[in-house]
Amino acid sequence: MDRIPILKMGSFLLVTIQVDLYDRLALNLETDLIRMVSETNTRGVLIDISAVGLVDSFMGRILNNIATISRIVDAQTVVVGMQPAVAITLVELGLTLAGVHTALNVEKGMELLHKRLGSDAGGGGQLYDNSE
Amino acid sequence: MQSEVTKFLEKNKQSILTQWMTNLAEDHILREELMSNEKSRQQSEELLLAVLKVIASDNFKNTESQEHESVSDIISEVSIYRARQGFTPRETATYVLSLKQTLAEVLDKKFAGDARLLYESARELNQLLDSLSITTFETFIKGREEVIMRQTDEISEISTPVIQVWEGVVALPIIGTLDSMRTQTVMESLLQEIVATGSSIAILDISGVPAVDSLVAQHLIKTVSATRLMGAECIISGIRPEIAQTIVHLGIDLSNIKTKTTLASALKLAFQMLNLEVRKGERK
Repeated sequence: MDRIPILKMGSFLLVTIQVDLYDRLALNLETDLIRMVSETNTRGVLIDISAVGLVDSFMGRILNNIATISRIVDAQTVVVGMQPAVAITLVELGLTLAGVHTALNVEKGMELLHKRLGSDAGGGGQLYDNSE
Repeated sequence: MQSEVTKFLEKNKQSILTQWMTNLAEDHILREELMSNEKSRQQSEELLLAVLKVIASDNFKNTESQEHESVSDIISEVSIYRARQGFTPRETATYVLSLKQTLAEVLDKKFAGDARLLYESARELNQLLDSLSITTFETFIKGREEVIMRQTDEISEISTPVIQVWEGVVALPIIGTLDSMRTQTVMESLLQEIVATGSSIAILDISGVPAVDSLVAQHLIKTVSATRLMGAECIISGIRPEIAQTIVHLGIDLSNIKTKTTLASALKLAFQMLNLEVRKGERK
């Protein structure tokens, strides 16, 4: 079965979606990603969708789900590199992805995660949370 | 048409042309300021010759014939030319109808004795020239519409310039009413510019928007959301007091959008967000 690779990069997880997402693939990604997050105790997830040119409401919902679930397991999600056409489509569909952080490109996304998570990024076992 | 008539018309075409031009001048529709007399005369001559050719041709009744086509082409050209020059519809219509008038007068003078022949020729001429005037109307309106379409395109193009005001900051001053069409253009050009310049802050200046109703606000919110999805922050600036009042009265929630009164204060906020500082330099 097709899977989208999830890369561990330093203290974050990096997902680069290179193909157009069909529903099954997106659902798999959701499951895999959440499992990875809890297994590796990651605090930040970066999803690069710069190669995605086509979205539907389902894809929007999956992104939203990933962000919401991540937040429950104490990780922050950043979606980076959204194409203008994709952004317009999502807005027209009424999906503003309120819980998701966004950045222009991977570099800025990393920067954002570092800033939001501070120096404790990704390291497990802190006594207190100083991410906000 | 009777060969007698066609021959007569063919022989007298110069005097018909002169007569026609005189009629036009009498009706005050030559409009020399829009079109020179020589040019009018030249156009009219071309048209008259084409009309005479149709009358003289064997397949006068067949409106699909080559002669008919060439005369419609000429009349279309003339009408579009006049539309672009700014002639009124009345002047353009009168132009064609006065040819009918002229021809009728000329025939009347010559064949006054033969009522049957006169009636026949007048009827056929009428038929031809009426169809020509319909073509005139059509092409005149088409010509005008082209002008309007071009202007609309130009307006929507010039009215959405995205300016880079600083490294990482783009601004988009919106001038004029925001409707769905324009929002689309505005949004597209803004998002494209954000990608092209890699800017993380976009300032939307609405000081040139005359009024904001719930629809316009909806469009603004959409644009802001789309910008946010791209990974950039959006600041709306140039909100005049009246507009702020309307927004509140309409119950539109802009609380999660950053708003500023002037472009300057929006730029200041952008600098703050980028950790930039503007300082007055010491003069050495």
